[in-house]
Amino acid sequence: MRRVYLDHSATTPVDREVADLMMVYFTEKYGNPSSIHSFGREARHALEEARSQVAGLLGAKPEEITFTSGGTEADNLAILGLAEARQEKGRHLIVSAIEHHAVLDTVKYLEKAGFALTVLPVNSAGIVELDEVIKSLRPDTILVSVMHANNEVGSIQPVAEIGRIVREHGAAFHIDAVQTFGKIPVNVEELKADLLTISAHKIYGPKGVGALYVRKGVRISPLMHGGGQEKKRRSGTENTPAIIGFGKACELAVQRMTEEAERVKKLRDTLLTGIVESIKYVKVNGPQGDLRLPNNVNVSIEFVEGESLLLSLDMLGIAASSGSACTSGSLDPSHVLLAMGLPHEIAHGSLRFTLGRQNTEEDVAYVLEHLPKIVERLRKISPLYDQFNKTK
Amino acid sequence: MYSQKVMEHFTNPRNVGEIPDADGIGEVGNTQCGDVMRIYLDIENDIIKDIKFKTFGCGAAVATSSMVTEMVKGKTIAEALEISNQAVAEALGGLPPQKMHCSNLAADAVHAAIKDYLDKRNKG
Repeated sequence: MRRVYLDHSATTPVDREVADLMMVYFTEKYGNPSSIHSFGREARHALEEARSQVAGLLGAKPEEITFTSGGTEADNLAILGLAEARQEKGRHLIVSAIEHHAVLDTVKYLEKAGFALTVLPVNSAGIVELDEVIKSLRPDTILVSVMHANNEVGSIQPVAEIGRIVREHGAAFHIDAVQTFGKIPVNVEELKADLLTISAHKIYGPKGVGALYVRKGVRISPLMHGGGQEKKRRSGTENTPAIIGFGKACELAVQRMTEEAERVKKLRDTLLTGIVESIKYVKVNGPQGDLRLPNNVNVSIEFVEGESLLLSLDMLGIAASSGSACTSGSLDPSHVLLAMGLPHEIAHGSLRFTLGRQNTEEDVAYVLEHLPKIVERLRKISPLYDQFNKTK
Repeated sequence: MYSQKVMEHFTNPRNVGEIPDADGIGEVGNTQCGDVMRIYLDIENDIIKDIKFKTFGCGAAVATSSMVTEMVKGKTIAEALEISNQAVAEALGGLPPQKMHCSNLAADAVHAAIKDYLDKRNKG
């Protein structure tokens, strides 16, 4: 059976070149980078080169990069680390309503511990408005955290403008850039970031490694205590093979980014237009054009439920995702779609396709051939579709 | 995540549709939680002669709806009232734990349809 992977915002395959390089650091150059002998030194050398590669893609200095176990840890380190270091100055935090749970649940944890929290609303396209940021800043605000682009609907946030406002105010600015890093330019100077989260497995690197950019002069308290690695910001022996793989993935992303973004954007537009033209009662979720990630398609298909769409697609070898409650593991559908003002039943019918490097025009054609038939079948058994047809 | 039997009922659901002038209609669930099941019954001498369903929901919601229609067709209404959501899940070879609450409502829908039938009969 044909298999079509369209879930690249969940994770990506590790590039062959990356995997080959990593293997060397598992089996041959396995030294601990903190050791002073030649085994340790060769691992240290490769580790620092990876740090430079990651920093290079961000426009940062290598010493501003702290490696972590992934995006979630980097988000936790940024928020908990900064809150602890600055709590004497103030205890007010601001985040957007559509942040990843790694951010949202971390600030809610701090709220329970006595911090004040403001959650910024988004407009119907899933974008934070600058007025809302300005309104919510307080004298005791110590941190504002807004993602660069949303993982579900691909909406790109005005982070450079928010960064300017936050810096003028004197608070720290954290950006979760997991979904944009390696796909569109991410430059810490242009974005006025003090803290910025990235992850390797979204850019054809390995799982289990990410990084936090910490602007020189910004102090954060560590989460991990121990051997003092990563300038005491993250104790624990470095995951050398994964970090070196991350560095290589960054190097490949630099070479391919512009061309790949253009290629994938064409596929995205073909897929999105194709769905809207071949299926009735479809709503596009998120912004159109340049405010949307080049690889993201998100639609709500009315009168059908997301998980049954995913199961039907999976039987044909097509991998996608949904914001329905059934796939989120809770009773509520996606917090992102609800924040954008979608009614529950429309949020339950959401379907996300995220394109990547190995996808082709044939993959898109395969989806467009089968999706309308799946929707027709599910609508035939849907009481909501009946009701709609009787009342229209 | 789902048993083969669930997938089989999801792919080829039995007794899909509506019964015009049904003797009893039952609906459970709501669009808020993402599952809506509607059951139609044709009843003669307290025996379920025919049953049809329409469901909006996840794989488990569709499969349990299909399964319950097979379980109660030809049964008396007293027998049908004894079939529980749990029994429907067991007949499907089990459901993932997180589905037991939200999507396992098919027996409730049948019971609601029987109640509708009894209410109408008592009024008539």
